Amino acid sequence: MMDVGRHPNINLLTYSEVESISGYIGNFHVKVRKKARYVYENECTACGDCTKVCPVIVPDEFQQGFSSRKAIYIAFPQAVPSSYLINMDNCLGTNPIACGKCAEKCEKKCIDYDMKDESVKFDVGVVIVATGMDVFDPTPLDEYGYTKYENVITSMEFERLISAGGPSDGHFIRLTDSKRPETVGFIQCVGSRSEKYGNPYCSNICCMNTIKDTLLLKDHYPDIEAKVFYIDIRAFGKGFEDLFRRSKEAGITYIRGIPGEIFEDPKTRNLKVMVEDTTANKIEEHEFDMFVLSVGVTPRFDMPEVQQLLTLSKTSDGFFMEAHPKLKPVDAPTSGVFFAGCAEAPKDVKDSVTQASAAAARAETVLSAGKVKLEAITSTINTDLCRFCAVCAKGCPFNAISVNPKKKTISYVEALCKGCGTCSADCQFNAITMKHFTDEQIIAQIDAYLEEDPYSKVILFTCNWCSYAGADTCGLARLQYPPNQRLIRTMCSGRVDEKFVLHAFKNGAPMVVVSGCHYADCHYIDANRQTQKRVEKLWDKFERLGIRPERLLLEWISAAEGQRFAKIMRDNEELRKKVTKKEIEHTIKVLTEEEEKKKAKKK
Amino acid sequence: MPQDDLRIGVFVCDCGTNIAGSVDTDALVEEARKMDNVVCSIKNRYTCAEPGQQEIKKAIKEHKLNRVVVASCSPRMHEPTFRGCVSEAGLNPYLVDMANIREQCSWVHMGDREAATKKAGDTIKAYVARARYLEPQEEKEIAVKQSALIIGGGVAGIQAALDLADAGYKVTLVEKEPSLGGLMAQLDKTYPTMDCSI
Repeated sequence: MMDVGRHPNINLLTYSEVESISGYIGNFHVKVRKKARYVYENECTACGDCTKVCPVIVPDEFQQGFSSRKAIYIAFPQAVPSSYLINMDNCLGTNPIACGKCAEKCEKKCIDYDMKDESVKFDVGVVIVATGMDVFDPTPLDEYGYTKYENVITSMEFERLISAGGPSDGHFIRLTDSKRPETVGFIQCVGSRSEKYGNPYCSNICCMNTIKDTLLLKDHYPDIEAKVFYIDIRAFGKGFEDLFRRSKEAGITYIRGIPGEIFEDPKTRNLKVMVEDTTANKIEEHEFDMFVLSVGVTPRFDMPEVQQLLTLSKTSDGFFMEAHPKLKPVDAPTSGVFFAGCAEAPKDVKDSVTQASAAAARAETVLSAGKVKLEAITSTINTDLCRFCAVCAKGCPFNAISVNPKKKTISYVEALCKGCGTCSADCQFNAITMKHFTDEQIIAQIDAYLEEDPYSKVILFTCNWCSYAGADTCGLARLQYPPNQRLIRTMCSGRVDEKFVLHAFKNGAPMVVVSGCHYADCHYIDANRQTQKRVEKLWDKFERLGIRPERLLLEWISAAEGQRFAKIMRDNEELRKKVTKKEIEHTIKVLTEEEEKKKAKKK
Repeated sequence: MPQDDLRIGVFVCDCGTNIAGSVDTDALVEEARKMDNVVCSIKNRYTCAEPGQQEIKKAIKEHKLNRVVVASCSPRMHEPTFRGCVSEAGLNPYLVDMANIREQCSWVHMGDREAATKKAGDTIKAYVARARYLEPQEEKEIAVKQSALIIGGGVAGIQAALDLADAGYKVTLVEKEPSLGGLMAQLDKTYPTMDCSI
């Protein structure tokens, strides 16, 4: 931490949040809000005079609420930057009449109640997401009595109680009587590996963390008795089995079985459990002075914000999704963005450090190359055909197009175009061509698919990033579905023009599915909202023309949702079977007439 | 409008048994050969492997191909491979396209060889149809800003920041909390070495 603080190449912005990121690989524009600390970070010597006179006492978050801090505080003695700050929610007021004691006491005069949040803007070539994880809160699990029984604590609280820098100076004590416990029980997999409570995944770190905790206890108090209740002990890493063996040799008992409930003896405040020891095949009763719940980890609560900043995706367990789970485990699907640590999946310190170095190395491959090739798939505008209606400009998620309908001018910055194709689909006058995904190309695909036996085929438009990738995920998992779908890939569902859908129906398709990313996942900010609007418009049109709107489906499928993809394919096959030949012939007739009417009108 | 002298090459991949196990690839090769503008149709055991790529490069030269369709896995997997391959043979990388007959066909219709082959044939036909309209595209090169943003100052963010900074790049490390360290700073000792977290 110290090295970061003093490294000449590192600009450290703590107490800061990234507000926006725009641009692309090689050229990201970043805006950060640096929140006011109300203490000049570089001036503060961390002498601590201010905190002594502060009259406000609040629970100390760093110490898991076991001790208190003041409104002006430093998280812990070794904190980087080594500077105090005021939590204004706690402070009595910026008005010196209300309090002002700390400012009065500070010799260096580095406290400023009027300090404002700062906005910092800068450009970078690459981004590394290392946003970490949260710890599972076991309060909802009534059976373990966490918060009801004071002597039931979490593994995170254990860390503070055993730490020399903790609230009890490293003396491990019971919270009810401040006495050192003689017996301690550990329950594993709290909030992990459960379909019922918490999360279905293994949190990866809790087995080894408990083994470490038992060794710490034995190290501090050789006579202490500790028992660990587990489902499996997953000691799979280098040196882990050795540590597990050491724990057992130190006298720790490992019992395969998870207690159903913790009961407290109201007199002694001791904790009792009944458990089925599945290795011994018997029901046992155990009593402890203290219980430690070995809690799992969860995705961070603020992940959706980071997800939106960089248009990332999440896997089904809620952590960020990699570009490829095996071959690109450090890369995000967004070019120039990399993952380090628990943002991608639960990890221990060693694995976090390993992935961080990998992320740095991956980032360096971009940085050291010095140059990057930009997206070639962009739009081109034919100004001769443009009628300056500005529909394209309104729909463009990147503000690459601007139109002045009065002056009849249109301007377009190609470097801003990311190639979603929404403009091209929106333009009623064929003035915009989406390179590499032109109308001709897509219509040619539809024609090829429907040339033979069209009544048996479902035309499925998929977006490159989510639904097409979801179809791939489905394949990787070998999930089977009926073979009637015919896929057409576009970069974004926003590219799916009304005329493609109509063309498919007019050529005999019984069903059409338009699919894309879930709303927050769209790789082109919100281009898929245009998709939704367009499909809704088509549903209205179908209603009017007497075509069943159910034959046009709109589905949001993420890259991770292989199972969902398969289910949708099975479901739409059921719907397809219900579309009769007569119905299709009627649709073809109605749409052909409609088109002829339109042509006649134009003439 | 498609250009007049279209010469399309189709390369059907067995992918070992990944594709050939559920799809009749020989039939696909024959089917593709009959499509308009297709001047060569070739089957490979593994098109992405070196011999498969050599075959593509050889055919581009021999048959003067100006469009290539590879019927194999997902373009999300190997599009960069085949773009690289055709450009080494002097073709613009955007003149190759991929018909996904593995993830979206052979792997998901394993019990129905006939239907899977029909779907794969349709997919190749659709991508050959699309290939007729493919045009060369140019990728513009831009300079990369020699700096990095790291979001999060826990153990991972710290390590990544130090690595990049030591390599000489400017790094901005943004941490939401008032100090660095994240969850790790709250730990007493860390396994397997049992040393202090701070």
